[in-house]
Amino acid sequence: MAQTDIRPRHQELGLSDDDVLGMYRDMLLARAVDERMWLMQRAGKIAFIISGQGHEGAQVAMSWAMRKGQDWMAPYYRSIASAMTFGMDAEDIITAHLAKADDVSSGGRQMPGHYGGAPYNIVSLSSPVGTQVLHAVGIAMGAWVRGDDVVTMTQFGEGTSNQGEIHEAMNFAGVHKLPVIFVCENNGYAISVPLDQQVAGSSVAARAVGYDMPGVVVDGGDVLACYAATKEAHDRARRGEGPTLIEAHVVRLTSHSSDDDQRRYRDPEEVAALKERDPIPQFAAELRAAGVLTDERDETMRAEIKSLVNEASKRAEARPEPTPEDAHERVYAEPIPGGGTAVPLAPIDGGH
Amino acid sequence: MAELNILEAIRTAMDEEMERDDQVMVLGEDVGKKGGVFGATEGLFAKYGHKRVLDTPLTEGMIAGAAMGAAVYGLRPVAEMQFADFVYPAFNQIVSEISRIHYRSNGTFSAPMVIRMPYGGGVHGALYHSQSNEGYFTHTVGLKVVAPGTPADAKGLLKASIRDPDPVMFFEHKKTYRLFKGQVPDGDTVVPIGKADVARSGKHLSIFCYGFMRTCALEAAETLAREDGVEAEIVDLRTLRPLDTETILASVAKTGKALVVHEANRFGGFGAEIAAEISERAFEQLDGPVTRLAGPDVPGVPYHHSLEDWYMIGPARIVDAARKLAAY
Repeated sequence: MAQTDIRPRHQELGLSDDDVLGMYRDMLLARAVDERMWLMQRAGKIAFIISGQGHEGAQVAMSWAMRKGQDWMAPYYRSIASAMTFGMDAEDIITAHLAKADDVSSGGRQMPGHYGGAPYNIVSLSSPVGTQVLHAVGIAMGAWVRGDDVVTMTQFGEGTSNQGEIHEAMNFAGVHKLPVIFVCENNGYAISVPLDQQVAGSSVAARAVGYDMPGVVVDGGDVLACYAATKEAHDRARRGEGPTLIEAHVVRLTSHSSDDDQRRYRDPEEVAALKERDPIPQFAAELRAAGVLTDERDETMRAEIKSLVNEASKRAEARPEPTPEDAHERVYAEPIPGGGTAVPLAPIDGGH
Repeated sequence: MAELNILEAIRTAMDEEMERDDQVMVLGEDVGKKGGVFGATEGLFAKYGHKRVLDTPLTEGMIAGAAMGAAVYGLRPVAEMQFADFVYPAFNQIVSEISRIHYRSNGTFSAPMVIRMPYGGGVHGALYHSQSNEGYFTHTVGLKVVAPGTPADAKGLLKASIRDPDPVMFFEHKKTYRLFKGQVPDGDTVVPIGKADVARSGKHLSIFCYGFMRTCALEAAETLAREDGVEAEIVDLRTLRPLDTETILASVAKTGKALVVHEANRFGGFGAEIAAEISERAFEQLDGPVTRLAGPDVPGVPYHHSLEDWYMIGPARIVDAARKLAAY
């Protein structure tokens, strides 16, 4: 007799085996690219890295619920796996980190970690934290004004959840029931300052009640729970019922950035324990238990990803460097006199 | 031609642009049913509805940031700051985001949007309803900055700003809103951004000004002509960035003397940029010191009428400054 009474969780959520294997693969790929960036940073090829390691489960699952090429995303600096799930490929990411001339995010103008890609509806990110959340709400407002079937997702950390702009954005989205999903990736640390000194009451999700939207807490190590919460938020947004705030509890497996050393402010035991909450082995175990993933499949996938990242790195490194002559271009959409002009203009003719 | 004041001209520009292009929307505090605290958006809510004429919560940062998101998405938002004095919560969005998104995305994203701001003193608005803060924005690469002084320019430049592919800070001197009427061309007449207007031709000295100072300078020029036989050329810059240096330098070449007038305080003000441009590029033509007449360096326009009068620049002060310069 077939065991039909207990279906695997992913099937309950409407996800096929290929879907969950695809999600797993995206997580592995994002991790592999992230690790490659660190190697390149240590080799002196990249000046700075800000990592997404530990966030991949939440990021891939949540972005998986979004419609590529139709929905929009306003990411933050750890959004490597979100950006990749939403359309950027390994070569795009590596090219951007190497700041090459044809990097899709900025043409070598921005630091690593400043994700963006016009072809993928991923809004270019700046460095002052939280500003992107208002852009997401503005895109949602635009879709609402036009009547477009578009949902916008934006991500930020729990430290950033204190910025006034986040609250302005959530309030505005709540007032007009805008189709937007706010994702707080809570990894417990804003650089060095822990959650209890950042967020009064330690819950970001609890803030949602003040903005007339659901505040949902999910375990960022539970990929399918992250997907389920986001799918529901996406459906709500499309039904015109407004925004959702999702707080995903994730782990930051690395220091804040390549310029930081978290051993200065975190206990060694705490850092060692983080690995147990790494979403990748957790999801692998779930997929194995569901009979979707085998050791052989896992090994093949990892080998494929390794060679994909090697190839992408080679191609990215071979791309042209930007030139100073080009740095004066694309300052304004319509070039203006005195805009982006570095050389002083000549004196006018004549005189006494 | 219609006889309109500046406020009516601005309202007409928005109405015509919203009618022409359904991607144009207006957002800000009290812009809906009330029609704005000055009445600039009166009638638009009834005509275009609550989505395209959107009353926002009282959060300037949100107004600017959401406008940028909508612009990136493809709309043409016209955001109103209730007073230029209240723009600072939006400063991060304007300076970090709106001005920079085109450059930082290597030209792949743009923010075609307008931020309209009533600015300037002389209306008993004191420190926080009188500021002339255009200098912060002229210094920010990526923004265009426009400050009209006549009804025709207000309409034509606002239409140009709404159609512009880049973000435009649109400064409206609130004292001029209902101060006078002027002939405004009917229909689709656009005044190009980046072109100064020689409001009065003269040969003895040039006065560079914008906004309300155009009116004051023209009045001063009549006094100078009548009482001193000095013919001042009045150049209304209309756009502060991009600056029409060609017209400025041509005027200096003609008169040999330059007086720059603005209401904003003097130190580090926009007048310094014009003065520097003239000094660097027209030194040989100069027949006297490039002179600035600007607001006093105090933190704001003080309230009491005697204090406000002390702050404000009017025709009499321009006449005084012009006489000193003309004496060289």
